[in-house]
Amino acid sequence: MMNKITSTRRQFLKTGSLITGGLLISFMMPSAPRKRTLESTDDNNAVFVPNAYLSIAPDDTIRILIAKAEMGQGIWTTLSMLIGEELDADWSKFKIEHAPPGKDYIHTVFGVQITGGSSTTWSEFDRYRQAGALARIMLVEAAAKRLGAMPEECRTENGEVIVGNKRIRYGALADEASSLPARKQPVPLRPPALWKYIGKGIKRLDAPEKVDGSAKFGMDVQFPDLLTAVVAHPPVYGGKVKKYDDSKTRLIPGVRNVVQIPTGVAVIADHFWAAKKGRDVLSIEWDLSDNKNIDSVTQLQELKNLAATKGLPAAQAGNVDTAFSKAVKIVESEYTFPYLAHAPMEPLNVTVKLSKDSCEIWTGTQMPMAEQSAAAKILSLKPEQVNVHTLFLGGGFGRRANPSSDFVSEAVHVAKESGEFIKMVWTREDDMRGGYYRPSFVHRVRAGIDSNGRIVAWEHNLAGQSVLTGTPFEGGIAKGIDPTSVEGASDSPYLHDVSDYYVGLHTPKINIPVLWYRSVGHTHTAAVMESMIDELAHAAGKDPLTYRRELLKNHPRHLAALNLAAEKAGWNKPLPKGRYRGIAVHESFLSFVSHVVEISVESKGQIKLHKVVSAIDCGLPVNPDGVRAQIESGIIFGLSGAIHGKITLSNGKVQQSNFHDYRISRMNEAPLEIEVHVVESTGKMGGAGECGVPPLAPAIANAVFAATGKRLRNYPFANVV
Amino acid sequence: MIKLTINQKLYSVDAPADMPLLWVLRDLLGLTGTKFGCGMAQCGACTIHLNGEAVRSCVTLVGRAEGQHVVTIEGLSDNRSHPLQKAWIEEDVPQCGYCQSGQLMSAAVLLAENANPTDDDIDKAMSGNICRCGTYPRIRRAIHLAAKLQSGGKG
Repeated sequence: MMNKITSTRRQFLKTGSLITGGLLISFMMPSAPRKRTLESTDDNNAVFVPNAYLSIAPDDTIRILIAKAEMGQGIWTTLSMLIGEELDADWSKFKIEHAPPGKDYIHTVFGVQITGGSSTTWSEFDRYRQAGALARIMLVEAAAKRLGAMPEECRTENGEVIVGNKRIRYGALADEASSLPARKQPVPLRPPALWKYIGKGIKRLDAPEKVDGSAKFGMDVQFPDLLTAVVAHPPVYGGKVKKYDDSKTRLIPGVRNVVQIPTGVAVIADHFWAAKKGRDVLSIEWDLSDNKNIDSVTQLQELKNLAATKGLPAAQAGNVDTAFSKAVKIVESEYTFPYLAHAPMEPLNVTVKLSKDSCEIWTGTQMPMAEQSAAAKILSLKPEQVNVHTLFLGGGFGRRANPSSDFVSEAVHVAKESGEFIKMVWTREDDMRGGYYRPSFVHRVRAGIDSNGRIVAWEHNLAGQSVLTGTPFEGGIAKGIDPTSVEGASDSPYLHDVSDYYVGLHTPKINIPVLWYRSVGHTHTAAVMESMIDELAHAAGKDPLTYRRELLKNHPRHLAALNLAAEKAGWNKPLPKGRYRGIAVHESFLSFVSHVVEISVESKGQIKLHKVVSAIDCGLPVNPDGVRAQIESGIIFGLSGAIHGKITLSNGKVQQSNFHDYRISRMNEAPLEIEVHVVESTGKMGGAGECGVPPLAPAIANAVFAATGKRLRNYPFANVV
Repeated sequence: MIKLTINQKLYSVDAPADMPLLWVLRDLLGLTGTKFGCGMAQCGACTIHLNGEAVRSCVTLVGRAEGQHVVTIEGLSDNRSHPLQKAWIEEDVPQCGYCQSGQLMSAAVLLAENANPTDDDIDKAMSGNICRCGTYPRIRRAIHLAAKLQSGGKG
């Protein structure tokens, strides 16, 4: 087992503004190197640990600790690349691991250990380069000392320090580098002109193990004495077990134990199949609570009623009530959005091993420290007595960043109640019905334009649940406004030059757990803003692209993305018969994305997406093909949500269960052509993981309007006719 | 005891007759490259080869595999040498990676039966495999590339 790395830390840089919430902003770099030994006290095995992010062993192995969770977005590669850029290492010696819970791995801006908000690359850009640069400087110093040379005479290449015709492997310097005194932070970083990888990119470092089945996800954790637990959950949120009969369950060969936990009844067996069979024959009487009355049809009507009235002010200017008198045309529209499930391909699962005074957890999580403290609380342990091993995440999309630690807590309860070493596995049905959805929203917008098409009044009210309430980010809620409910609407560039507008928010309390879902509030606000602008363009008798250019003339990064996408798509070029284009542009997570989509409406009204041409301004694209991959991913993710995504409840029960009734877009629905163009930009660096999602759905809706004259305002679109 | 030939190795397993092959592979034999995604043949994450055919191991009872040849992702090639695996790496296909074993096993049958598949062929063969990360465009490219690699670059 690896030793825990501990070191003193020194705060050396304060940076950045807050994305969400009133949180500590700190950027810490441990600066005291120390010697560490691997399974031996022999000094020849000294491992050089310049900081908490990497270590170098005598055999040249470079262990890299990734402060974030790899869930597909590619940070396994990008963070390693940032170290590699400064370290001049031999890439084949990299051994990459997820970092354990720990202060050193706390988000440099958000103040908690979290992978989210499309923030990894920009928030770790300095820290991971510093980590590599510091290690390199110390290796050079050690080599110079050994050879009696000056550090300036040394250069580094491919895992070696080179002085004249002498070469010393990094591993051979581990011991000496470990004895050097602490360096003052920060150390100088390479200027962009000398970058070999940043801005150019490298191939994914996790691809090889993901094509031969050897990559280990939480689901793949195995130990000889590990049992599998499957939990029977209440059919309605918040339901409790009244009583249960497990006599049939205990007759199933392989079933070892049945225990009641706060969230249901767990069946523990030698393997998944026996546990699941055991669960199938459990007889449970539930106390369903009032949540049994939740009904999506009624609830949507209630949200509609709310959105028809004035909400708490999220953003406003002038006097919108009187401003409508200046309008020559008024457009009023209502948009509705259902709950959405993240539905990552790997169903939620957690492995827990307990002893008297410790707890080991293996899972795929975006918030290891939150899981650690949740487990500690349940077990009456100190957080440091709980270790969390993060494995590859078979998709996250926000579901594995749950501040209430629902899945880890449940598994810990199973282990605690049973005393067994268990892997709790959720079935797809458990996962689909397990809550923490993108909240359902209704928007009602009334907008007035003058004779030039300029917006003179904009009245916009939204209704939907708050995601931040009850989380560590709750501090971000000011005057009743959860910024994640209105982001993308209240700060829309289209409202920037409008003298009279009002964006109001209703935040009803509904007993359905909600959570951030890839691109969060932008999933619905972008859809509304970009569809409304299209409606106004039509009302003004203007081309949708021309109209946007006029309204966004003071927003250069929006314009850059919009213009590049339009140019590459040939916006004004004729299309084959039956094909139609739609366009949208939206800023989210500090990046600006425009999509031009090309669709047809098929004989049964199905929307067929043929082509997407995208442009993104994310500032410096650190790993350009990784950016492209994320935009492609966002497009397909957005497509699933636009066409299929819908979670509904009846009598408090979620009606969907698996991929046949909660559909995900498949190969035959994916556009045959996707082009992603990256704007050459000196703008502030943004994220790539989420920003591709928001503009996709409205671009499709706008194309369908071009095709049929019909506006799609109720999600999901399903078929047009 | 049920005798199984998996990746050309002989195994004897003590499994209940109604146990899907997926759980035999994963929980009894430790071959975790084959993934659980849905349990009802909807997502394709569990795709394996049974006598060269792509089947969903989550709904294939272990008895059906007795005496047959099973190939899992672990047995697709030695050292990731299958043209599809090379192409997957070349095109940087995987994101989260969870579905990719199944994608590769489906694609391998397609390529074995059709040396130069069209986009339409790819749609037909691959639409049973869901990728939530949306790597479809790259999977498509990688299958075309693998077809070329397989035919010695002439494709």
